[in-house]
Amino acid sequence: MLKARPVTLLKQSAISLTLVAATITSVQASGSLSIESWRSDDANIWSDVILPAFNQSHPDIKVHFAPTPPAEYNSALQAKLQAGTAGDLITCRPFDTSLSLYQNGHLENLAGLDGLNEFSDVSKSAWVTDDGKEQFCLPLASVIHGFIYNKAIFKELNLKVPATQDEFYKVLDTIKSESRYIPLSMGTADQWEAATMGFQNVGPNFWKGEDGRKALITGEGKLTDKAYLETWQELAKWKDYLGRGYQAQKYSDSQNLFTLERAAIYPAGSWDIQTFNDQAEFEFGAFPPPVPKAGDACYISDHTDIGIGINANSDNKEAAKALLSWMASAEFANLFANAVPGFFPLSNHKVTINDPVAQEFVSWRDQCNSTIRNSYQILSRGTPNLENALWNVSAQVLNGTMSPEAAAKKAQDGLQAWYAPQQ
Amino acid sequence: MTLPKSKSTPESAIEKKPIPWHIVFFLGPALLIYLTFSVYPLLDTLVLSLYDEQKGQSSFVGLQNFITLISDDNWSSAFWNALANNFQFFIIHMLVQNPIGLLLAVLLSSPKLRFSGSYRTFIFMPTMLSVVIIGFVWQLLLSPIWGISENFLYHLGLDHYFDAWLGKESSALITLSFISVWQFVGIPMMLIYATLLNIPDDIVDASVVDGANPMQTFWYIKLPLILPTIAMVSILTFVANFNAFELIYAVKGALAGPNFSTDLMGTFFYRTFFGFQLQEGSATMGAAVATLMFLIILVGIMLFLFFVQRRIQRFQF
Repeated sequence: MLKARPVTLLKQSAISLTLVAATITSVQASGSLSIESWRSDDANIWSDVILPAFNQSHPDIKVHFAPTPPAEYNSALQAKLQAGTAGDLITCRPFDTSLSLYQNGHLENLAGLDGLNEFSDVSKSAWVTDDGKEQFCLPLASVIHGFIYNKAIFKELNLKVPATQDEFYKVLDTIKSESRYIPLSMGTADQWEAATMGFQNVGPNFWKGEDGRKALITGEGKLTDKAYLETWQELAKWKDYLGRGYQAQKYSDSQNLFTLERAAIYPAGSWDIQTFNDQAEFEFGAFPPPVPKAGDACYISDHTDIGIGINANSDNKEAAKALLSWMASAEFANLFANAVPGFFPLSNHKVTINDPVAQEFVSWRDQCNSTIRNSYQILSRGTPNLENALWNVSAQVLNGTMSPEAAAKKAQDGLQAWYAPQQ
Repeated sequence: MTLPKSKSTPESAIEKKPIPWHIVFFLGPALLIYLTFSVYPLLDTLVLSLYDEQKGQSSFVGLQNFITLISDDNWSSAFWNALANNFQFFIIHMLVQNPIGLLLAVLLSSPKLRFSGSYRTFIFMPTMLSVVIIGFVWQLLLSPIWGISENFLYHLGLDHYFDAWLGKESSALITLSFISVWQFVGIPMMLIYATLLNIPDDIVDASVVDGANPMQTFWYIKLPLILPTIAMVSILTFVANFNAFELIYAVKGALAGPNFSTDLMGTFFYRTFFGFQLQEGSATMGAAVATLMFLIILVGIMLFLFFVQRRIQRFQF
């Protein structure tokens, strides 16, 4: 490529990025709020459903939902906060990303906010300081991992929803040998699917959910333990069932392969329900990650994924607090759960979910033990951080360029390099 | 050409010259913009790279960021990997893009070629397109799922050579380099073409009269005359390649997968400065990476100026 551009542009681009972002999001009139979010898919739902409902009780507060694409959200938000141009409300990533925003003075302490008592300590845990005293974001929603399958294909091939891993591979073998469908719709080009829909999806059954996750934090468990090794060995088995050229298959390709009925099973996050509701013209269902042996306790990843907090430099903190308190209400929980199926409210209110697949996902909470993704709390604070390391090694295991043993060793070495309890 | 006679008398020459306000007036705005948006950010980046920022407090740490970058395993492996990839990216451009650009320019400047204007436009067109579009289009073309490449190769009987090129560690960087070459080949072509058009016909005619065949005319007459342009094209390629970022980001994202095999200095800088997913961004460390990029480009250009540019002869017609 040939484009003369001085190196200084790199710094400039940071500035101009901020300026561009600022012009998009700044709504300066009094009584108006703007929300920073990475959920660009939900923009319509916010402007058509949620915010009008809020305005019925608070007609004088104007709210503008201003999302950034997910991959750029963290960095764009950081730049905007530093430049003082970020919106009044900040959608919070769970754990350390938001904790560091709070520690750097970008987020408001929510002590005394009406409605905060509607949430359990577990759901609040993703957005408190390590000593559990200061709450800086209101829990909004969690997402659950599992597998979404095409019911018509299962019927055509006489398949039963698998409950154990043996059954799971039998189903995959049948699809592979008896039809032209791709058994599993997943690619490694974007890397995060390998870690999120692969490793964190099936892993909790091996490392026993919260037990294994906490053992990693205290240093009693290591990523080279059998549980983690088995998880990566599991992923290594998947590669025979993925579509041709899956190394170049992106997230949207995987979704399209499923909605175009070219693939039978899709390792999913519950957020995919929305996309499939819009695009799939067939009936689809969901099943939880299969357990190793029949009768084993099941574990699911029920990840506290979205919170919402107040920009410490906002001019409209009172209005922002009013919006947050409303978001803790039963009205909001019902609206949100049904407008955005696949995102499950974290408040203690009883919520009726109408979407059948979302219902299926949330029903696993009663049968299985919930846990969150093991790399999010504390373990991604250092360099190299565990989450990004898991992306890298899980994608490589799926690509067949790294053995499960090497993946475990690389992830453990990276963690050990900076995390004292693991040393 | 004779110099215009000075109108000033000896007396007025002794008088103090008035301040040349018109020069200030004409240069001022451009200089101000240049200082504000180019020189100041550059200097500020250099200064920033000497600081460290923890919990909102910044402190002077001297060259510590650079030492970390080069000696700490977590950083250095990524840094050397990005640098090595960047050299590979540059070498592919030098070996493929510029020779093809030269060839196209020579073909276009041939007086016998019909529709040369259309060819010129078509070949230059990708250069004017957004990198995001280029990245998207090529991803679709090369996609093993929806792409047409496999079918195309099938009709040539070469389909068993098809692979998920963009997804494999061994081929991703080379594939991206070729995409970039395809996009930017128009620029060396245009520059060299313009120089070729400038070569006076009488020189070429003279060589023909002297009995040179077309190859000899090219090697002994035209090539020496366009060497300065080729040198300039090389410098532009070098600078642009070591600042390259957009295509990799558009196609592979900031993580430059698989396993960082497409990581260039630009994407490495982006991850360091802005952070990525759960990795926090660090402005100071990012500034250190940017400074190193600047130094690499500076040293590269200086070597080029000392060893190549000075030896190139220029001709005036």
